[in-house]
Amino acid sequence: MQPYDYIEMKVPAKPQYIGVTRLAISGLASRLGFTFDEIEDLKIASSEAITNAVQHAYNEEEKQGEVVVGCALFENRIEIMVADSGKSFNFEETKKHIGPYNDVQEFELLREGGLGLYLMETLMDEVKVHQQEGVTVLMTKYLGGERVEKDVETVSS
Amino acid sequence: MNLQVELVEKNEMYCFKVIGEIDAFTAPILKKRLAAVQDIEGLYAEIDLSEVNYIDSTGLGVFIGFFKAIQAHGGSMKITNANARLKRLFEITGLDQIIDMEVKEGGNCDATV
Repeated sequence: MQPYDYIEMKVPAKPQYIGVTRLAISGLASRLGFTFDEIEDLKIASSEAITNAVQHAYNEEEKQGEVVVGCALFENRIEIMVADSGKSFNFEETKKHIGPYNDVQEFELLREGGLGLYLMETLMDEVKVHQQEGVTVLMTKYLGGERVEKDVETVSS
Repeated sequence: MNLQVELVEKNEMYCFKVIGEIDAFTAPILKKRLAAVQDIEGLYAEIDLSEVNYIDSTGLGVFIGFFKAIQAHGGSMKITNANARLKRLFEITGLDQIIDMEVKEGGNCDATV
């Protein structure tokens, strides 16, 4: 398994904290060496996921929920996990249960957000959604060109 | 992380200058300001985004809602001075095909900030 640094933030499910987490993610992405444009993409995609989570956690049961944002920094990519269940996750364990959203219900759940999911998919390299005790979104963005180079290597060998 | 919305009225034209970041927290502020004029018959509105450096789907949603309301009352709107990042977002969502966008030379509706 590739080594990675893991950073987790837990914030109240209130809109005023979306910008704060967005800024933190932008800082982490800059650490990894993403370009200005890639960082802007990451800011929008993660805000979309966090906005969805805030709205879900907020609406349910009237009680104030929490949103957990986990960022795994690999050498060649950043993985961002957003959950509206307010529970910290075992990053590896949660990842195993996350698949592409082929379930119609999960898809509809995010569609409520209108353009949100579309933007996540467009601006990130991979987006996966999992629903169990709330919704968890896992998004991956590779450092520029990294993936393409790998593909080329595979072909030439 | 705040949002400022300034309104300059010129004859029949309403020109909004938005300053800050538009996300789920600040979008309601913008929405409220726009909603105050959106039902005026034959309204012509311009929204200057030269001082906006971040926008996501919640902000786009506000513009879509405003555009629809204005159209329903026989008016029109234009978004001006969006930076390259913002323009790209309008392009990938296809909104640039629906909402008029324009880059003006140094014009920002004389709103002094």
